[in-house]
Amino acid sequence: MATRSSRYERIMYPIDWLEERSGLVGGVRYFLFRKVPGDVDWFQTLGSATLTAFIVQALTGAILAMYYKPDPQQAYSSITHITNDIWAGWLVRGMHRWGASVFIILMFLHMGRVFLFGAYKYPRELNWIIGVLLLALGLLEGFTGYLLPWDQTSYWATTVGINLNGTAPFVGPFLAQFLQGGTYINADTLSRFYAIHMLLIPGALIALILLHLYLVVRLGVTSPPWSRHPAGSGPIEPPPAPPRTGLTRPEPRGRPVRG
Amino acid sequence: MGLAVGVVALLVGLVVNWWIVVAGAAIAVAFALLWVRDLARPRRLTEVPELEPERRDGRRRDGAPLPPRTYGRSAFLELSTLGLGGVIGGLVTLPALGFMTLPAFLKQRSGARDIGPLSDYPVGKFVVATFMARPEEGEVSRRTAFVRNNGAVDGRPSFTIISNHCAHLGCPVQPNTDVNVPHKQYRDVTLIPLPSPPSGFGCPCHGGQYDTEGNRIAGPPVRALDRYGFSVRGGHLFLEAPFSVSHVEGEGATARIHKYTFAFPGEHIDGPESWLYPIQPPH
Repeated sequence: MATRSSRYERIMYPIDWLEERSGLVGGVRYFLFRKVPGDVDWFQTLGSATLTAFIVQALTGAILAMYYKPDPQQAYSSITHITNDIWAGWLVRGMHRWGASVFIILMFLHMGRVFLFGAYKYPRELNWIIGVLLLALGLLEGFTGYLLPWDQTSYWATTVGINLNGTAPFVGPFLAQFLQGGTYINADTLSRFYAIHMLLIPGALIALILLHLYLVVRLGVTSPPWSRHPAGSGPIEPPPAPPRTGLTRPEPRGRPVRG
Repeated sequence: MGLAVGVVALLVGLVVNWWIVVAGAAIAVAFALLWVRDLARPRRLTEVPELEPERRDGRRRDGAPLPPRTYGRSAFLELSTLGLGGVIGGLVTLPALGFMTLPAFLKQRSGARDIGPLSDYPVGKFVVATFMARPEEGEVSRRTAFVRNNGAVDGRPSFTIISNHCAHLGCPVQPNTDVNVPHKQYRDVTLIPLPSPPSGFGCPCHGGQYDTEGNRIAGPPVRALDRYGFSVRGGHLFLEAPFSVSHVEGEGATARIHKYTFAFPGEHIDGPESWLYPIQPPH
């Protein structure tokens, strides 16, 4: 028994060390083991599925950026190089390309779930608004990413997309000219779209996703509309056990004090 | 809000006119001062000696007038921190925002382009000329014009030069005839003389159709095809700045072209719908 206990303490030591100095372990535990309604089902996993799709996009995108060259002379050849020559390049590019559609589809499904479950109602209106911003930014990611292969399809689709923006009343011409960085698609348009796709929007997306998650944790998950349990009717939980503290502070003897 | 309007006016002024910059700066400063005053007021940063209900005559219960409001040190420090932070933030942000935004609106006009000797443009025939608007930018600046020599009118040359940018959403329109014919090269300009006259021009994207003067005859485009101005120097044809056209009456040298400043595809340039686009950015 004593050996097992000391082995347990040895494993827990770095975790306790981290917890005492940052509170992070408790935070993660709070996030993972927070209370949710007992009758949640698979529909409520669409949000985390969307998050997973975003993480896949972020990771594969960062890796693709190691090989992609956002320059009118080299963009297309770097894409063919990634697809045909680099080991597993076809796979990573394919994940990013198809994952983009998955991300958009999941966002819409998640939005539909929230709408049909009435989960946008008080006090969660702000999270709906943030979600709409996330959707708009996600669609902008799709628009700016579509130009990057720099082939005929992407070039002319982006031309049409920019000119569609140009037909917006009053601000349209300015918007179109801002987007393409000039009167026509020019040498800077590709790197401009790349910077927007790769740095500007992902930064905003990550910040808004963190805010979105914070509100989910703060306000809790809604029960499905068919739930039979009125809100707050569950058994009263016993207070949580005291956290493991005072375990890793260095003592004069140089050994941790066992609690 | 007013501050934002002022900053926008300032930025727009940088493109359009220095006087608008001055006006925008004045608006921005005025509203910034109002804002700071507004921030200072409702927060009760002033020290209130004792709480008592306000009276309509603005005097205390004992009839003495209220002491004049004074700013404490913490209020001063709070305001100066906010103000200094705002100034520093503005100094850092505004140039970056301008750097992102303004180049798209400055120096957009490219110079005249030599597209070959007049002998390459036989009278009455269309030649597809593909050229680089800005050779220093490379192939990405390649554009196409349909050029027809209308012969001389009163001793002055006449050309019909139609841009290939569809007036719907900017796709490349094609001549409705066989274009797989031998082509000539003049420097970076590719010239395809069309042996048979096209019946018109058609767009592959959404099916817009135009006649040989560029008038819309079918499909979604909202106006006629854009045209290029031209000049003839030393026996060579030069393309000048493009302009937009609502419609063309007549044909060839005697055509009456209803000419407007260059606008993006899809924008109406005449009729009530053109009121949606009152200001064009400098192209």
